[in-house]
Amino acid sequence: MNGAQALIESLKRENVTHMFGYAGATICPAVDALKDAPEIGYTLVRTEQNAGHMASGYARVSGKAGVCMVTSGPGATNLITGIATAYMDSIPMVAITGQVPSHLLGRDIFQEVDITGAVAPFSKHSYLVKDPNQIPRVVREAFHIASTGRPGPVLIDIPIDVQEQELKSFDWPETVNIRGYKPSARGNDLQIKRVAEAIAKARQPIICAGGGVWLADARAELLELAEGTGIPVVKTMMGISLMSTDHPLNMGMIGAHGNFCANKALAKSDLLIMVGTRAADRAIIQPDEIQRRMATIHIDVDPAEIGKNMQAAVPLVGNVKVILRQLLDLGIQAPDCGQWRVRLRDYRDAELGRQFPSRPGSVFPGTVMRKLGARLDDNAVVCADVGQNQIFTCKYLPQKHGRLLTSGGLGTMGYALPAGVGVKVALPDRQTVVICGDGSFQMAMNELAAVKCAGMDLKILLFRNNTLGLVHQIQSKAPYHGPFGVSLDGSPDFETIAAAYGIPCVTVSEEDQLDSSIQRFLGTKGPCLMICQVHPDVSTAD
Amino acid sequence: MKQTISVLVENQAGVLNRITGLFSRRAFNIDSLAVGVTDDPTISRITIIVDSGNSVVEQVEKQLNKLIEVIKVRTIPEDKMIGRELALLKVNATNKTRQDIMTICDIMGAKVDDISPNSLTLELSDTPDRIDTFEAMLRPFSILEVVRTGVIALQKGGGKI
Repeated sequence: MNGAQALIESLKRENVTHMFGYAGATICPAVDALKDAPEIGYTLVRTEQNAGHMASGYARVSGKAGVCMVTSGPGATNLITGIATAYMDSIPMVAITGQVPSHLLGRDIFQEVDITGAVAPFSKHSYLVKDPNQIPRVVREAFHIASTGRPGPVLIDIPIDVQEQELKSFDWPETVNIRGYKPSARGNDLQIKRVAEAIAKARQPIICAGGGVWLADARAELLELAEGTGIPVVKTMMGISLMSTDHPLNMGMIGAHGNFCANKALAKSDLLIMVGTRAADRAIIQPDEIQRRMATIHIDVDPAEIGKNMQAAVPLVGNVKVILRQLLDLGIQAPDCGQWRVRLRDYRDAELGRQFPSRPGSVFPGTVMRKLGARLDDNAVVCADVGQNQIFTCKYLPQKHGRLLTSGGLGTMGYALPAGVGVKVALPDRQTVVICGDGSFQMAMNELAAVKCAGMDLKILLFRNNTLGLVHQIQSKAPYHGPFGVSLDGSPDFETIAAAYGIPCVTVSEEDQLDSSIQRFLGTKGPCLMICQVHPDVSTAD
Repeated sequence: MKQTISVLVENQAGVLNRITGLFSRRAFNIDSLAVGVTDDPTISRITIIVDSGNSVVEQVEKQLNKLIEVIKVRTIPEDKMIGRELALLKVNATNKTRQDIMTICDIMGAKVDDISPNSLTLELSDTPDRIDTFEAMLRPFSILEVVRTGVIALQKGGGKI
């Protein structure tokens, strides 16, 4: 058994059933070994960045680490954005890169790049393997590190000669023991008690839930806590689909682009319970102000997040699912917050019922979202890209019991389509809709090939306004002097692009045709593109 | 305020790079850094002096702890610390000045490592403050070269980190 075969064997032992990648010279031995492993599926991307995004989409809905594999040099550097995107959203991922022969490392030879050095700032860990006998241990550790504690991407860089060398023996370690890595699971009992006391005393409490709740698979515990105590819930962009829109305790998304009600709740609360969120700048714009005004409880798996952006009165470190269960088992006295709930509910209902503007010859994205949401399956997965399309989706798409995936931390345009492909690979029967703008779609539309190849039932909704909408919106306000360099002139005819891939297309530019168009779009067997004509002056604040 | 962080790490290639990289990208300032292997050859000890407030140092500790190869991190309180730095100083010394320099060496407890007709190379192991004083005392004689190791530190008493 050579190093490449040991790699593939190790992946099998980690129950890897699919990989996303792009072949190249230095990864050829591993690709060759993959040929003999029919139990591992393979998707060839059109640019390496998207292998990372596909692995990310796959990981987020499967609960397993996503795996991508590319070649050295440009393959590895192209993958960097995929790795950084996963890192910022704490997505479990194992990225494998080929590397030039180990005896030539450091000589700047063809397609050599120090990829472990390059990804250090935005990967959870990385390995440069110089001995094929270490491959089983390294793979075992990489999956353990990627998917435990606060998840994140781990990179394994394997020089081609190490892939080719024979192993003395394949020793699969049954357990992982890394002395510097022992993430804590249980929360401190004393702190748990303090949290329960604080909740009982509060009059205007809110729970702010983030992506960490998804990562810990703690949605059920979160709902149990909220429903058991009657505490209203706001969410960050990463936690948006944790609660259905029609849930009486759901007060929407906080943040710079969030819902009015949620931000009001955040500003007026007397006890903020942050669960699986890092109080990032886009979500909590003035952490100092929040800290001054209210008591805060911060529950997170990563101790470094506590006190990084905001000092919490009661910090609680551990696995969110375990901690919420500890709290529930302790029994929490429901606070007297009925009036507060009613007040917030009024704001929320006003916002949900609000009329959207309408312009002939175009559709308003908020209206599209409401109508789309009404027709989506209960457990549909929606992948939103980055830009206005993302804000409209997060603010206005009615949530049911599915998922909303987006690049919240890094804000990577072109994320949605490849992420959607990853979702479809993990859950082939799940209704999945990708939402993009014409800017972000053009960053990833080459991946329509993957959709076509697999005959994937992936629906792609494209807002076409011929401009980079969110930048256009920023430039239209002081201190800037009007839009520049954002017009998407020269964009192709997207109907023709879809046709070139053999993908049917629906175009809509009048709101009275929206219902029938969405019905046709979702009802089409296999992939379908829906183009919604949007006015370039539409703002997310409209 | 200067604080001393003692870090036990896996004695492996690339670890130091991760640590210094972490300091630069999180905008933490390092005053000094010293690395050496411990009694266990698989473990190195890195002593880092950071000139920052408590909240920054707490964040430094937490971020260091997140690195997989970092085994333990402790901030050693000033009053419980034995901290030493080694300095080598090459100073201009002629027949006229050599005796004066030797007097300073005697007072400070420094050793002479090398002598030439026009120079002396001196060695002093002490706290950074006293090394600063030593250096200041020698400056009038014209210092040719100085090298300092950065502080290494252990806590007082029988405990270990």
